[in-house]
Amino acid sequence: MRLVLKKNKHILQKIEEISGENVFACYQCGMCTAGCPMVSEMDVLPNQVIRLLQLGAMEEVINTRTVWLCASCYTCGARCPKGVNLSRLMEAIRLMILREQNQDYVKIEKIVKESLPQIALISALRKFTS
Amino acid sequence: MREDRSQKTENLIYFPGCTLKTTAKPLEDSALKVAEALGMEIKEMPQWYCCGTVYSLAQDDLIKQLASIRNLILVQTLGHNEIMTLCSMCYNTLAQSNLLVRKDEKKLEKINQFISEQPDYKREIEVKHFLTLLKKVGTEKIKEVVKNGLSGLRIACYYGCLLLRPKEVGIDNYEQPTILEELMESLGATPVYFPYQTECCGSYHTAIKPEIVARRVYHILENARENRAELVVTSCPLCYFNLKDRQKNIKKIYPDFKKIPVRYFTEIMSQALGV
Ligand code: SF4
Ligand code: SF4
Repeated sequence: MRLVLKKNKHILQKIEEISGENVFACYQCGMCTAGCPMVSEMDVLPNQVIRLLQLGAMEEVINTRTVWLCASCYTCGARCPKGVNLSRLMEAIRLMILREQNQDYVKIEKIVKESLPQIALISALRKFTS
Repeated sequence: MREDRSQKTENLIYFPGCTLKTTAKPLEDSALKVAEALGMEIKEMPQWYCCGTVYSLAQDDLIKQLASIRNLILVQTLGHNEIMTLCSMCYNTLAQSNLLVRKDEKKLEKINQFISEQPDYKREIEVKHFLTLLKKVGTEKIKEVVKNGLSGLRIACYYGCLLLRPKEVGIDNYEQPTILEELMESLGATPVYFPYQTECCGSYHTAIKPEIVARRVYHILENARENRAELVVTSCPLCYFNLKDRQKNIKKIYPDFKKIPVRYFTEIMSQALGV
């Protein structure tokens, strides 16, 4: 992967503000990735998302499928030896994209045509739309 | 004084949430029957709002906390001090919002100012899940009312995420919980070793990418089967849907997959209690 190393302070600040997390607390041990249930579906590993944030490679962060695949399961945060709450960072990246682009990640028509439990529908809409 | 306190902890009210009144009706029906058989008095809130189903992780957006806090204020106004849920997602959302305003006075103040049509939230409500109440009743008492023991039925107890994590709101150990196993054991069942019991099922991705959920659930159910489980129990209506209804999607990806029954833990309890 070719990295665009632009120290984009503004975006990083925004992500830290929304999440309340410090990305530099992470020392890249990989524990979060080791336990992530969605990792086999992801293009960039969870610990790599943080590394990209540390490096200021915001384009890569914004274009990854990973943040949308994260299921907010809290496994990474529960196991991180540095107390980094990666679920919050993933949400902050999603929110930043949703807010900036003013466009939903999922259109209502893309929701499966099945009778789903309400909690499935509402939580998907909460996570994937602004 | 002491007695007063213990009485107060009985002062609980039930928050059903949207799903319990529709797709998860069997969870509500069976849980209420079980509670009655155990002499627990479960009153439903006369009015409630959807909690929002997933806790918002954004620190700068309090709007998404309002639904939870409004419910907690309703409980406070009714003069109760505990709110009980059956749904793991409602439990998690209410408990995390409660924790947020308990830790952050400024955020609470803002929220209180915004919710001007209701009294201020005083942060005194405790959020409880039905499983925690059953644990308090105790396995001894439950054993006494079992009518149809489960005679060693091999059960895999699936917790998923939101009953256990984040650990600040978890109802049991977040890596190796035992609360469901102990309960199933008291009914005469044999809980199996099940390392995938806390692995996420893919959650709300079921609404847009069912095949991702099918792949996750396949690994969870295969792990249960490898440990010779005959049945999987869960408490979350979304996990239930993913573990049960996505089996047809699993079949398409892994044709050799053999279906395995999935039930709410309360359905198994009501069967054992004969109610
Ligand atoms: S577990 Fe924590 S410290 Fe380790 S790589 Fe993940 S976020 Fe960084
Ligand atoms: S919260 Fe997201 S990144 Fe963390 S383990 Fe779960 S799916 Fe993976």
